[in-house]
Amino acid sequence: MIAGLLSDASLFMKIALLSDIHANLPALKACLAHARGQGVEQFAFLGDLVGYGAEPGAVLDQVMALVQAGAYCVQGNHDAAALQVPAQVNTLGDQSAQWTAPRLNQEQRQFLSQLPLTQRLGGDALLVHASADGPERWHYIADSNAAERSMSAATQIDPAIRYVFSGHVHEQALYFLTPTAKLMRFNPQPGVPVPVPPHRQWLAIVGSCGQPRDGSVRAMYAVFDSQAATICFHRVAYDHLSAAAAVRAVGLPEFFAERLERGR
Amino acid sequence: MKLLEPGAEVDGFIIEECIHAGGMAHVYRVGYASSARDPGFAMAMKIPRMTAGDGAENIVSFEVELTILPTLSGLHAPRFVAAGDLLRLPYLVMEYVPGQTLQQWLDSHQRSADAQQDSATIARIGSALAIAVHSIHQQNVCHLDLKPANVLLRPDGSVVLLDFGLSCHAHYPDLLAEELRKAVGSPTWMAPEQVVGVRGDLRSDIFAIGVMLYEMATGELPFGSPTTDGGLRQRLWMTPAPPRQHRPDLPAWLQEIILRCLEPEAAQRYPSAAQLAFDLANPDQVRVTERGQRSKGPGLRVHLKRWFKAAGMHYQPSPLPLTQLEEAPIVMVAVPHEDVSDATLYSLREAVARSLGIRPGARLACVTVISPGASSSSDSERSETALHRLHRARLKQWAQPLPLGQHSVSYHVLEAGDVGLALIRYAEGNRVGLIIVGAATHGLQLQRFIDTVPIRVARDAPCTVILVKQQLPFEQLHNH
Repeated sequence: MIAGLLSDASLFMKIALLSDIHANLPALKACLAHARGQGVEQFAFLGDLVGYGAEPGAVLDQVMALVQAGAYCVQGNHDAAALQVPAQVNTLGDQSAQWTAPRLNQEQRQFLSQLPLTQRLGGDALLVHASADGPERWHYIADSNAAERSMSAATQIDPAIRYVFSGHVHEQALYFLTPTAKLMRFNPQPGVPVPVPPHRQWLAIVGSCGQPRDGSVRAMYAVFDSQAATICFHRVAYDHLSAAAAVRAVGLPEFFAERLERGR
Repeated sequence: MKLLEPGAEVDGFIIEECIHAGGMAHVYRVGYASSARDPGFAMAMKIPRMTAGDGAENIVSFEVELTILPTLSGLHAPRFVAAGDLLRLPYLVMEYVPGQTLQQWLDSHQRSADAQQDSATIARIGSALAIAVHSIHQQNVCHLDLKPANVLLRPDGSVVLLDFGLSCHAHYPDLLAEELRKAVGSPTWMAPEQVVGVRGDLRSDIFAIGVMLYEMATGELPFGSPTTDGGLRQRLWMTPAPPRQHRPDLPAWLQEIILRCLEPEAAQRYPSAAQLAFDLANPDQVRVTERGQRSKGPGLRVHLKRWFKAAGMHYQPSPLPLTQLEEAPIVMVAVPHEDVSDATLYSLREAVARSLGIRPGARLACVTVISPGASSSSDSERSETALHRLHRARLKQWAQPLPLGQHSVSYHVLEAGDVGLALIRYAEGNRVGLIIVGAATHGLQLQRFIDTVPIRVARDAPCTVILVKQQLPFEQLHNH
């Protein structure tokens, strides 16, 4: 096998990266089960555990249990919003934060408030919900330029960082640093492990577990294998109809339910 | 990295002799230091001259090969054995395949008295090459640096492709893509779209095969070996001198094939290497157009017109290799010649028409299998050729109502005792992408216990099979 492509000192061989679960319990459960089937040994949650979905408490309990067992987790903008409910409701996000906040118990609120904005994974990876370039400003990584800003901010933190793993943007993408120091976007094919050797820098957007918006209803996540130096993006079918039904049952806006049914 | 001495050890491998000292890398024969690890085949180690520290760009193509070679399987690429850390000890160990490169073959044959190869030999080598290239395309990889030095002829006639340093895997980030707008490849064999920086079109490889066929047939290079950008851009609009201008005795079918490979516009070339191999293997069924007949190149007027077109040419992004292959399969229809109702033949034809209709690049091979006893050389009326001619005429008649349009079609009479096996072998040998076969309509009860031809084909075929059932009322099915 390819010798020496080892990502340095990472404790795990295979780690599942999940982002933007958005209080969607069926999607989370399906991805966790799928990941365990892939031989995943650890989990990292890249923020936005809550918001939009019907089961914030149940999702948080699951994630908290995993974090207790060593999983990684950073805070997303919806997690922050659920702690500090905006006084005025301007957006659908505000509306969902207003609904979510009173449904969290003390322990769950405590957990969310203690989440860091960034977290290191082994010696060479950085976890951040949106962009390493001002994590608290929640910049969207919509193109190569935005990816470049996040990547170079990560390098500023520590030149040893080879990988930045993020969510926030609800579609999967892999950006890679070319020899002429430009970042290029690559659209990964689900289920195909892509070599990501650590002598280059890579920025992976793992997509949304609980609220896909690219026209497919299947949940998204990715598996990073530090030993083989590969990342594999996955799409997982889950019971999206029951997730949508739950949204309707609790009285959240109809649009949140339709979104899960359409994947848009 | 400087040349290594025989006997030196690199990461558990013992260096034997150096078999290639190129500008980019040294290649050595190697063996495992410990005989227990012997893989059962000879091995070669490639060590890039540049290390990652020398300048990142130089090593990218080594990195590309390191990424792509391990993903390839089959007989047409060297087997991957091991690789060293790119930063600390870059090397790549792969199967050493014995044989001679097409370059060595060309050199030795061009020096001999009969410099011009007979068309059968060219077709044989060309077909083996196209089949090797098709196998790579089926794995979603475009080679993009095909040239005689990268084509290895095995003693058994099959072809192995070497050097995947400029290749492109549709499911991996393309590390060379940043070179966009700058040509990546070898100027002599590079396709026009590569000249303008497009990577990942499998028809670029078809173009390169065309250049090699041209050289094998005429001893000349269709576009020379341009050293300037302008010289390279010439092929965006230029059709090369027809091979028959160099060599009037070259058959029209071979010129047709070569010039189709060399069409400046990718969409005008063969849509798959399998279709190219098919034509090379069936010269008598090649549809010869003006392209095959012409004895001189298009006039200045045509070229000028094309030049203007090329100047503003907007290249259409090509589909991924696998998608392209799915749109342009070789469709094989097995047409029975006995024990078959008109209704079945009709249903079969309808299925073929529909299948071709949704696959614009498909070509059709109509096949029938006759028993070997049916022809006998002593009886002139039933001689092999007469019988084959009869069956071919029947196949043509059957296909006649098909709306073929741009689809190529050919007719094949196979002689075999075992019909199912003959169909499967034919499909495998010709890289057929879709088989259409009539489902048995009689003996349905027995079908569960014995292998009927269609059931066997469906089970053993290397590709998708459409089983066509004749429209029969259901109650009749039970009466059988």
